[in-house]
Amino acid sequence: MTHYLDFEKPLAEIEGKAEELRAIARQSEEMDVEDEAKALDRKAETLLKDLYSSLTPWRKCQVARHPNRPHCQDYIDALFTEFTPLAGDRNFADDHAVMGGMARFNGIPVVVIGQEKGHDTKTRIERNFGMARPEGYRKAIRLMELAHKFNMPVVTLVDTPGAYPGKGAEERGQSEAIARSTEKCLQIGVPIVSVVIGEGGSGGAVAFATADRVAMLEHSVYSVISPEGCASILWKDAEKMREAAEALRLTAQDLYKLGICDRIITEPMGGAHRDRKHTIASVGRCIEQMLGDLKDLKSKDLVAKRRKKFLDMGSKGLAA
Amino acid sequence: MNWITNYVRPTINSFFSRRDTPENLWTKCESCGTMLFHRELKDNQNVCTNCGHHMAITPRERFAHLFDGGIFVEVDVPEPLADPLQFRDQKKYPDRMKAAQKKTGEKEAMLVAEGEIGRTPIVAAAQDFTFMGGSMGMYVGNAIIAGAERAVATGKPFVLFSAAGGARMQEGILSLMQMPRTTVAVQMLKEANLPYIVVLTHPTTGGVTASYAMLGDIQIAEPNALICFAGPRVIEQTIREKLPEGFQRAEYLLDHGMLDRVTPRTKLREELITIIRMLMGQPPAIVGDLPAPAAAPAEEAPAADSK
Repeated sequence: MTHYLDFEKPLAEIEGKAEELRAIARQSEEMDVEDEAKALDRKAETLLKDLYSSLTPWRKCQVARHPNRPHCQDYIDALFTEFTPLAGDRNFADDHAVMGGMARFNGIPVVVIGQEKGHDTKTRIERNFGMARPEGYRKAIRLMELAHKFNMPVVTLVDTPGAYPGKGAEERGQSEAIARSTEKCLQIGVPIVSVVIGEGGSGGAVAFATADRVAMLEHSVYSVISPEGCASILWKDAEKMREAAEALRLTAQDLYKLGICDRIITEPMGGAHRDRKHTIASVGRCIEQMLGDLKDLKSKDLVAKRRKKFLDMGSKGLAA
Repeated sequence: MNWITNYVRPTINSFFSRRDTPENLWTKCESCGTMLFHRELKDNQNVCTNCGHHMAITPRERFAHLFDGGIFVEVDVPEPLADPLQFRDQKKYPDRMKAAQKKTGEKEAMLVAEGEIGRTPIVAAAQDFTFMGGSMGMYVGNAIIAGAERAVATGKPFVLFSAAGGARMQEGILSLMQMPRTTVAVQMLKEANLPYIVVLTHPTTGGVTASYAMLGDIQIAEPNALICFAGPRVIEQTIREKLPEGFQRAEYLLDHGMLDRVTPRTKLREELITIIRMLMGQPPAIVGDLPAPAAAPAEEAPAADSK
């Protein structure tokens, strides 16, 4: 069952009709509706193309949050072998919003870390909707240290609405944990590559995405604040999220122009969720290329280049 | 309004109504309600003389109290691109900037300076909460990097006074990128083995807390300062319960192991001198009256009171 976003309503109608026709045809054999159904299919296809060729920033946010979009776990299952999850921050707990461990990527041992949102009510609650607590960042720090020590490249998959705003998280030093995770990203002497696969929510994303190379899926977003949050502060009205999404320049395309993301990974027509396998394979190829670019660099040069990359950031603005 | 104020021409009018006394001679303490005489309040670094409540203080005023004789030299900060995203909400970002500049008389939300405290040379940076909530954009990032570079080049410790609502939304993703950028600045100091001391003042929240403000070798906070990642209102909306008294305040963080010390503003200078001199392996500061300082270098202008 496809989950349609609000702006996909006309599409849902056409695809629903085609589906209905075929269902009727299956029941009574003498009816031939295939021509009609195919015409509807074509119509749907054109409409889909129309919708997705010019997605507004707010619609991109919706696509990036699509419940059927492949999540961290899907990528780990498909792209890595021998995934060995490693748990805990050795201090307080294991945060299930953050997946992490060792695995092989194309046979090479790597450390993979990412936020997992969950795919149904049960897993979403278990994963806290991909909102990490301090333990999640501290687990990531521990894994990055492991990667550094044993010379394993780090791959991070970013998909979070943001760090969890809760009482316990604050008491246990949410901000310190994020700051240290960002710091660790800048310290490790092994390649670190990052892919924003859905939502790159503020500090919670930076803590993982301070990398040598940052790629973004075509319809993913990465922002200092959610459009709803920005709208409620600057417009004093959370319903102005469309305007806020526009103003914040949070799309992969804008971030590429600003030099924040290095690559854009094309999604299948209609978004990653319409062809998950294809999307995951494209992400895999991108990770392979990014790691390939970095494999000959010495530790010292890697760290120096990474720091320079961030120091230089923002020197060019967005041409109108 | 009476007939004469309406009738008499504005220039003459202003001549008649000119007052010799400034309006804000008295400030009411937000905490205890005591009326405080402006000069007394200023001498006490904007700390209520009755209840000890810490009010906001501008970087310039802070530095005037911090540095020996109020003498400091500003460190140049490279200008970032203005309005990189052409951001517009209900107002244009450049208009908001102009309004903030007019209100504060400052260029941006951070001031970086070098000078001596208790004859101990330091580089200091202070964030200005009155300037767009002290928000961290490209300029604040550049200021911290410039301060750290200056400290490394001259072998001085770096003291940072934080005060901010977080990242500057009007610079979008570029403001978010100040988290890693400023972290690189902190790393420069650490690699040069120079002390990096953070003084968290009210309020320090969001992306600022989650980057340079939490990475100090020594973490000091002013009393009752709000220090957090997510603000209390956001948390109350999320968990739908009332938060405990004093939650996310300096003393609460101290209790939860997130800070080294909570120190009143009036005692900060002495404490910084003591800490820095130990960390830098210098002999204890001379207690009592300081000997007259050597003639200040020519470029040192007393910027403190020139506002």
